[in-house]
Amino acid sequence: MFDYLQYVRQENFPHIWCAGCGDGIVLKALIRTMDKLGLSQDETVMVSGIGCSSRTPGYVDINTLHTTHGRAIAFATGVKIANPDLNVIVVTGDGDATAIGGNHFIHAARRNIDLTVLLYNNYIYGMTGGQCSPTTPRGANASTAQHGNLEPAFNISGLAIAAGASFVARGDAYHVKKLETLIGKALQKKGFSLVEVVSPCPTAFGRRNKMASPVKMMEQLRDTVVSVEKWEKMTGEERKGRFRTGILRDIEKPEFTAEYAKLIEKMRPEE
Amino acid sequence: MAGEQSASKKPAVITVNTNWCKGCEICVAFCPKDCLEMEGGKCRVARPDDCIKCMLCELRCPDFAITVE
Repeated sequence: MFDYLQYVRQENFPHIWCAGCGDGIVLKALIRTMDKLGLSQDETVMVSGIGCSSRTPGYVDINTLHTTHGRAIAFATGVKIANPDLNVIVVTGDGDATAIGGNHFIHAARRNIDLTVLLYNNYIYGMTGGQCSPTTPRGANASTAQHGNLEPAFNISGLAIAAGASFVARGDAYHVKKLETLIGKALQKKGFSLVEVVSPCPTAFGRRNKMASPVKMMEQLRDTVVSVEKWEKMTGEERKGRFRTGILRDIEKPEFTAEYAKLIEKMRPEE
Repeated sequence: MAGEQSASKKPAVITVNTNWCKGCEICVAFCPKDCLEMEGGKCRVARPDDCIKCMLCELRCPDFAITVE
């Protein structure tokens, strides 16, 4: 039996997430992956901003920072540069990372600093009452789009790839084993790695969009997720209303803290 | 038949922490063997003998409320 309790702060449970929220599922996947990789709890830091997903550090018994809205990656950058030996994990959401924190997100990807960003994409601002986020699908309802959202949504993984991230993957809260594999690869990657996790928000998103129950949201994930391998063989018509999960990019490029260490060596005065 | 099971195949022990369960029903809906039920808004282990230890209920429980061993 897997012992989750050694990794969590039991005094904070039950957690605040709503019934059927995917955030707990993703956290458990992360915990199991950390355990599998043998990541030391003392040498792992989790940094978050503000939002439902950003409540995650409160529940994990590792070094944690719960910072300001959109700035998780900025704080994490500081932690990583100060001590590059630490495993630094950023837990953020679609609103936190791609709206108010959008610039930190793209520039960390461009800089290729060794952070693992776990971005829970639930298509909405859940905590504040279901307002449109940058990933709310066009036509979907939100408290600030009661007749359907007029704006096209951000493709977060595409954004990270375009900005220069060295590892980008997308997973979802239904296909948990696959998600663990993706998180594992991201944690092991030396460079900026993003795992975008499509995570259901039954309360703020589902109820406004004909998916009133957590089960319905999970069924929707089951029925719309396609693997990257299968996606390649599908026609444009077949791809409609579906999205792909898997590794979307995995390349090697110079990592920021390693380059910085080299610079320090180079600038050291000769004896 | 239960009698044909080898000694190494121990029956599953499914534990539900009802203090943490929020009754989302994900475990009940996606159990391939229909072992779980809802009772009073919480998950209840109804047919533990049918469990094949696929772990899907534990993996997908958002509330850290189910363990299978």
